[in-house]
Amino acid sequence: MADTRSVVLGRIRRALADRPSVEAIPRDYDLSRPLGDLVELAAERIADYRAEVHQVASADVPAKIASLLAARGATRMVGPVDLPSSWRVDGAEWLIDSPSLSIDQLDGADGVLTGCAVAIAETGTLVLDGGEAQGRRALTLVPDYHLCVVRTDQIVGIVPEALARLEPTRPLTFISGPSATSDIELDRVEGVHGPRTLHVIIAVT
Amino acid sequence: MGSNPVTWLGSPVFPKAAKAALADTQLRRNLRKATHTIRDKRAKAVAELPDWEQLRRAGEAIKDDVLSNLDTYLERIEAAVTARGGIVHWALDAHEANEIVLRLAREAGTDEVVKVKSMATAEIGLNEALEAGGIRAVETDLAELIVQLGNDRPSHILVPAIHRNRSEIKEIFQREMAEKPASDEPRDLAEAARRHLRRKFLLARVAVSGANFGVADTGSIVVVESEGNGRMCLTLPEVLITVMGIEKLVPTWRDLEVFLQLLPRSSTAERMNPYTSVWTGVTPGDGPQQFHLVLLDNGRTDALADRVGRQALRCIRCSACLNVCPVYERTGGQAYGSVYPGPIGAILSPQLVNDMHDKQAASLPYASSLCGACYEVCPVRINIPEVLVHLRAEAVEAKGRTPESVGMAALGWIFNDARRYENAQKVGSLARHLAPSGRISSLPWPGSKWTSARDVPTPPAESFRTWWRKNRG
Ligand code: SF4
Repeated sequence: MADTRSVVLGRIRRALADRPSVEAIPRDYDLSRPLGDLVELAAERIADYRAEVHQVASADVPAKIASLLAARGATRMVGPVDLPSSWRVDGAEWLIDSPSLSIDQLDGADGVLTGCAVAIAETGTLVLDGGEAQGRRALTLVPDYHLCVVRTDQIVGIVPEALARLEPTRPLTFISGPSATSDIELDRVEGVHGPRTLHVIIAVT
Repeated sequence: MGSNPVTWLGSPVFPKAAKAALADTQLRRNLRKATHTIRDKRAKAVAELPDWEQLRRAGEAIKDDVLSNLDTYLERIEAAVTARGGIVHWALDAHEANEIVLRLAREAGTDEVVKVKSMATAEIGLNEALEAGGIRAVETDLAELIVQLGNDRPSHILVPAIHRNRSEIKEIFQREMAEKPASDEPRDLAEAARRHLRRKFLLARVAVSGANFGVADTGSIVVVESEGNGRMCLTLPEVLITVMGIEKLVPTWRDLEVFLQLLPRSSTAERMNPYTSVWTGVTPGDGPQQFHLVLLDNGRTDALADRVGRQALRCIRCSACLNVCPVYERTGGQAYGSVYPGPIGAILSPQLVNDMHDKQAASLPYASSLCGACYEVCPVRINIPEVLVHLRAEAVEAKGRTPESVGMAALGWIFNDARRYENAQKVGSLARHLAPSGRISSLPWPGSKWTSARDVPTPPAESFRTWWRKNRG
């Protein structure tokens, strides 16, 4: 509708006949902040959303994955095509997204295991960008359980530091705790449409 | 432009609607509980950030830049979205936007679309327009679902069913759902909603969303949500149609570092909302393979032309101003007769309607005591009292009548006993600082920061004194 386009742009230009001048954006807000031990803070803040957080040495990640899955009785696990082979632990059948899993396959699985791109300590947020060990967005959405491995070098302090590391044209998902709602009496309760259980393993390097 | 569906046809003027709402004690109890809870939480969430004021000022400046160069940024986002495989549409008004969405849904060969809560699509009455065209729109946000199943109207920007408590919600679900909720515990109600919508999500072919932000230089669209219904809609269907008000832009990706801090803490009072999705055009192999962005004017360019009123277009729909408003707390959202209730609704709806001869729209700027609490909490520093006073003057001019005959009566009623009135003032008031003569003697923060006399929202003097005398004299 090229016509409406020029009408709207014309209306904007007329509305801005005075072209209010804008001063430079004051960016004197914090771009980073001393927050102490970022790993500890991330663990605490993620847990604040009632997600379970485990800190383990990198070498112990596979054992931790195995014990968490066993404890849940999760035996059919979804993984992206580049899921590290050491994470594909025994005791579970691994449904790898190659060729693409159907929505019903995702829905029928017990959970999904991924890495992440960045984690924000202050807000307890994991960011997935479809990169290494993450896969497409549907993988971490349809299964009811998400187990996410975060490396300590992926943890930043505050939001501006995270955005600086991310590529905006990739599909991004910021995840802060399990699916929740505040729609009933403005009180947060966990568990609506997204994964209702979120477990995080912080791999300390 | 015909009548703008941003206000509901046949709604009574604000004073009338407010009286009806005040008589509903259940409604007032529900609202009081919810708004007071969120108020305290917001204050805590905000106090955690040492640079909150700097973030607010940056947010204000970024949005002012967007508005001052709106034509440039719109052309930029159009180019960026197109370059990444998306299709951009322009809509002058509600009718045009609805026609576009209806046509796209038909072309996709579906008779049902899933929807993520969106103020823009509520504003244009999209669900009704789709219904009339034979396409069912399924609301997937829990609160929207409560409103839709209850055959009700929304009463809050963020939590449209804030006027319902858990036992009312349980009743609605029991009546409307195949699988009944187990109890009125929020957890069970959420579970019932999950089961009710699950298959619809997994099978949906077309989704309709709004947008919280659009990044002009990358074409990235941002949706901020909690439940995962947004992710379902944005990820699983083949076709995604996003309706975005033209003012929702930010110039660059970096600007989101400000808004992703301001918005969650102001709205749900969390450090971060559970899910934020960002996508740019179409990503092969991931998410919808057809993406349409509908850029919606619907009165925004009229608001933009108003030098005082245009600041309302900075709004990021956080709803903090509703939650602190003593008038909103007493009357609820539906009394405003508009999809935008509360302080922001009182300044935005009349501007979008842009007809001060419309009695209902003209009464909205009077739905305030000018206490200033809304300005204090607004993350983008919209000086709502200033715009209210400005719009009152316009309403008076249009009517050729005295202001009190238009709307002051409403406030007399809302604050009709001294105790309630005092409570209302505690949130930080302008009136508290009135000298007995009714003139403004000193202003609390943020009024104290208004530098020139021009900025101080002196209410139309005579009417305010009349009202003051009536209530306090
Ligand atoms: S006017 Fe300000 S406080 Fe109110 S909803 Fe908009 S951004 Fe939030």
